[in-house]
Amino acid sequence: MYPAKFDFHAPNSIEEVLSLLSEYGDDAKVLAGGHSLLPMMKMRFATPQHLIDLNRIDRLRGISQDGDTIVIGAMTTEKQIIASDVLAMHCPLLPEAAKQIADPQVRNRGTIGGDICHGDPANDQPAVTMAADATYVLQGPKGERSVHSSEFFLGSFYTAMEADEIMTSIRVPAAAGSSGSAYVKLKRKTGDWATAAAAVQLTLDGDRCSSVRIALTNVGATAIRVAAAEDALSGQVVDEALIDAAAQHAMDACDPTEDLRGDVEYKTKMAGEMTRRAIRQSLARARGQ
Amino acid sequence: MGKKLISMTVNGQTHEVAVEPRQLLIHTLREELGLTGSHIGCETSHCGACTVDFNGESVKSCTLLAVQADGADILTVEGLANDGVLHPVQEGFTEKHGLQCGFCTPGMMIRAYRLLQENPNPSEEEIRTGISGNLCRCTGYQNIVRAVQYAAEKLSAE
Ligand SMILES: Cc1cc2nc3c(=O)[nH]c(=O)nc-3n(C[C@H](O)[C@H](O)[C@H](O)COP(=O)(O)OP(=O)(O)OC[C@H]3O[C@@H](n4cnc5c(N)ncnc54)[C@H](O)[C@@H]3O)c2cc1C
Ligand code: FES
Ligand code: FES
Repeated sequence: MYPAKFDFHAPNSIEEVLSLLSEYGDDAKVLAGGHSLLPMMKMRFATPQHLIDLNRIDRLRGISQDGDTIVIGAMTTEKQIIASDVLAMHCPLLPEAAKQIADPQVRNRGTIGGDICHGDPANDQPAVTMAADATYVLQGPKGERSVHSSEFFLGSFYTAMEADEIMTSIRVPAAAGSSGSAYVKLKRKTGDWATAAAAVQLTLDGDRCSSVRIALTNVGATAIRVAAAEDALSGQVVDEALIDAAAQHAMDACDPTEDLRGDVEYKTKMAGEMTRRAIRQSLARARGQ
Repeated sequence: MGKKLISMTVNGQTHEVAVEPRQLLIHTLREELGLTGSHIGCETSHCGACTVDFNGESVKSCTLLAVQADGADILTVEGLANDGVLHPVQEGFTEKHGLQCGFCTPGMMIRAYRLLQENPNPSEEEIRTGISGNLCRCTGYQNIVRAVQYAAEKLSAE
């Protein structure tokens, strides 16, 4: 299975990428890990005339700390996220989620930036980075701009990124104080996309939940941040009744479509259950249990 | 959209090949270099039959363009044995009946090879998750796991 013909560009700098994108516009696509794009090109769902490979640009890779913020290059692979000491220490939600993405070979190539930019509601990083309060840094001909993860996803395969922009990094605040997080994903088998999944990150102030973020994977046209569930828990001493209430809000926010992974009712119920489990696990972790 | 000249080292031997940008690495290996050990199963990045070792990492060569392999160091199943002596991974698959039809086997072995470099003493669960990108429709994986365990023991004794 071959993709349709295209011209291949392998620039060494972000500037070159941007000038190629300006030149070729909608006829061009950037190639990251290729594990969503190449299968789509083989099936001719995508037929770019120009493919711009980002793999030679070292500046787009790697994980570093900028004060209280962790900066993850867009071309950082899921494997590098799993192996990162900085993330294990300051944002364990990301490595926990990355371990649940696809399989070892895919994680060796697939990048966090590609997982997000693809705009696929089935992908895990959108909801995970939303729960982690991430901001995406985009660069285009007019310079750099930041878009918060909660405002980036506009529809299925449709994001706030313009065709002449690329994502350069993902900025995540280091989790502070008594915080805990969890990504709980229901899948049919190892390597599968989620039937439903919930990402939770919260902070405790004594017994009270001082802040919490909750987001869902693959139960709607985009990853869904569930503000109502967050409101239900914020400032409260979280007990099972509140966890149930939050799960109900999550189910109310769902709008899944029926497919091989299940019907609407099943997926909705599972989103509720994943939310319950992710909250319980985050609480236990925040309490150091 | 003309061909590009690339140079890559496969099983220790350097090759220069002219490839169309849209050519996938698996096709270059099989059709240009005649290395048909790596198989094509699903062609959609799911089955792992096309797995090769690419700069020290397992990758699915149906989901990588040959032009991206310019300068790469690649190991395929043909490069596992040394001077006619089977690699411990190959020996394990033979000894423990780690295959039936053999279709998944080249990908499975080249993945097992890298898994044991990354984790020389894996638990059964680590083996199962480590080969989770490789599907086998015949064996039920039981004997594949035993084959990898055999290879792990043999390699650590070396
Ligand atoms: C068998 C299999 C199972 C999978 N399972 C899962 C799973 O469980 N969970 C999951 O989340 N994903 C899963 N995936 C998808 C995988 O994680 C992809 O790697 C990911 O979706 C895309 O990342 P990539 O780096 O491969 O991007 P590519 O495929 O190269 O690109 C994807 C899209 O994003 C654009 N893009 C990429 N990087 C940038 C950038 N820096 N700036 C602007 N645009 C960019 C590209 O132009 C393209 O449109 C699976 C894939 C396979 C093959
Ligand atoms: S042929 Fe490459 S993964 Fe199936
Ligand atoms: S031995 Fe037949 S597919 Fe694995």
